[in-house]
Amino acid sequence: MIDVLLLAQESTGFFPTFLQTLIKGLALGSIYAVMGIGFVIVFKGTQVLNFAAGGIAMAGALFMSILVNDAGLPFLPFSNPLAPEIGTTPSIPRWLINLVLALIIAAILGMVLERIAIRPMIGQPLFSMAVITLGIETALGPFNRDATSLTARSLQIPWGLEQWEFLGAGIPKSYVGAMVAAVLCFLSINLFFRSRFGVAMRAVAFDQEAAQAQGINVGRVFSIAWGLGAALVAVGAIFYGMGPFPPQGTVSQEIHPVLAFRVLPVIILGGLDSIPGALYGGLLIASAEVFAGQYLAQWTSVLGAGYSTIVPYIVMLIVLLVRPYGLFGSEEIRRV
Amino acid sequence: MSSNETGTSKIIEVEDITLRFGGVTAINGVGFHVTEGELFAVIGPNGAGKTSIFNSISQVYRPQEGDIRWKGKSIMGERPDAIARLGIARTFQNIALFGQMTVIDNILTGRHIRMKNNWLTGMAWFGPAKKEEMENRERVEDIIDFLEINEWRKHPVALLPYGIQKRVELGRALAMDPELLLLDEPVAGMNLEETEDMARFILDIREELGISMILVEHDMGLVMDIADRILVVDFGRPIGTGLPKEIQSNDDVIAAYLGQDFSEEISID
Ligand SMILES: Nc1ncnc2c1ncn2[C@@H]1O[C@H](COP(=O)(O)OP(=O)(O)O)[C@@H](O)[C@H]1O
Ligand SMILES: [Mg+2]
Repeated sequence: MIDVLLLAQESTGFFPTFLQTLIKGLALGSIYAVMGIGFVIVFKGTQVLNFAAGGIAMAGALFMSILVNDAGLPFLPFSNPLAPEIGTTPSIPRWLINLVLALIIAAILGMVLERIAIRPMIGQPLFSMAVITLGIETALGPFNRDATSLTARSLQIPWGLEQWEFLGAGIPKSYVGAMVAAVLCFLSINLFFRSRFGVAMRAVAFDQEAAQAQGINVGRVFSIAWGLGAALVAVGAIFYGMGPFPPQGTVSQEIHPVLAFRVLPVIILGGLDSIPGALYGGLLIASAEVFAGQYLAQWTSVLGAGYSTIVPYIVMLIVLLVRPYGLFGSEEIRRV
Repeated sequence: MSSNETGTSKIIEVEDITLRFGGVTAINGVGFHVTEGELFAVIGPNGAGKTSIFNSISQVYRPQEGDIRWKGKSIMGERPDAIARLGIARTFQNIALFGQMTVIDNILTGRHIRMKNNWLTGMAWFGPAKKEEMENRERVEDIIDFLEINEWRKHPVALLPYGIQKRVELGRALAMDPELLLLDEPVAGMNLEETEDMARFILDIREELGISMILVEHDMGLVMDIADRILVVDFGRPIGTGLPKEIQSNDDVIAAYLGQDFSEEISID
């Protein structure tokens, strides 16, 4: 499969190659952006940098895999009434229904983790809270590892590696899917911030006591922030699982555990508390990464294999030299 | 329960509350009630326990003894946000505004409890969600007019003069359409003109909106002029409750406030 794709890419001219690279950058940027928004929501709501995002994201992708492969429900002894027939690839609508179900379960996981590990820590130093999230990440490890230990688990992507031809370039359906998912996530998050929950979350971010005095339930804000944050990073992990992204339609034991850490430069660049920052940061960093991978390939012997994965950090460092609060972050975060 | 001088029903009753922090007794057996529409004042020197009384009503602090009743029902053990939703709004001694938000957005936050639209209904853009948002914005505009802060509406509050910030905080509390307002030293640190403005707003709130208020002050001047009844506390203990006239001639109060000049008055137009 991979070889076929590489061959196809080699035989294309300058413009199609450029277009393909651009689309790939946008697709990867969409994934980074969605996951970045997942970090940002948790940070806005609870002032915690969520180091457990990687574990939660991978668990979310595993939930999806369990739903579409095993006809079961994660953690529960019930069968999944919406499951496709075992051993078959679901239709797109059925896959999407299971996606929504997987995201709901991921959101519940996020809310449960918040309730047992974060809520009791309210009022403690932010550093302690961040360490707690690292603990959660570690605790999720065994679940994620055991579930994938024997083989990479399929996500049963209905469109596999299919692609559209457009102006001589091959546009993988998965890439378009990632972009559509990102647009939907971005729009619903904007609606969210216009609702009363958005008002509440903003108030809690500034001053919890004052927010309570306005009748705002701080615990519920924490819960919603973690639920949404978990669902968003799970969206990223599931769409990144699709080929031609490296996991090739699976939840990967090698690649998925480090995905969230590649998003860290995105939110540091965009500003920890900025939704547009996560969006533009994601697109910028992913484009830099993908274009460097495509156009600096002849220097691989000099730059070293896998050099493109370093690019996000280089971009981040350069931006932070000029703008220490990130592209969109508020200066206030300096206190944290 | 004895009826009181204004003769209307009691909106809040604080019954013999005691609040300790380790060895410190911040409130020591304080009791009072406030009737509907009344402007009740709590005065006492710094550290007397006034703010702690507010924090006990808000249930930010939990008194070890006594009871606090809202319209006859105990509110002990409720969460602070639940207390706010009952209709008890407050301002803070050290202004607690949302600093980087604008005046409008700060006041709009006070509308939170009046907002019904959630995420899903909010998607019905021009339907009830739109209507509700318009209503909330209108209410905010009324308050901005009322408090005469129109020229600052779009400014981040952190950049505003202190006296204006105090007004914005009052506006945010009013936006909740409360039945009881707790004002913690609303004129502290203000110059004479700002103090007179604030006194006028407080009187207008009582006259035009009919909201009951508890006003905490460490300085007697304003309180003697505008309060219906006054409670004096010192070292957490109540040392007298009564009409301003009675308080001025109360020996214990005079002892606690030794050297203070009661005759100092401010003019209110
Ligand atoms: N959270 C707290 N922890 C310990 N002591 C407190 C706390 N809050 C108030 N106190 C103490 O309670 C007493 C009354 O304080 P406060 O209610 O702020 O007085 P006031 O508002 O009248 O100036 C003071 O001695 C103060 O130090
Ligand atoms: Mg005080």
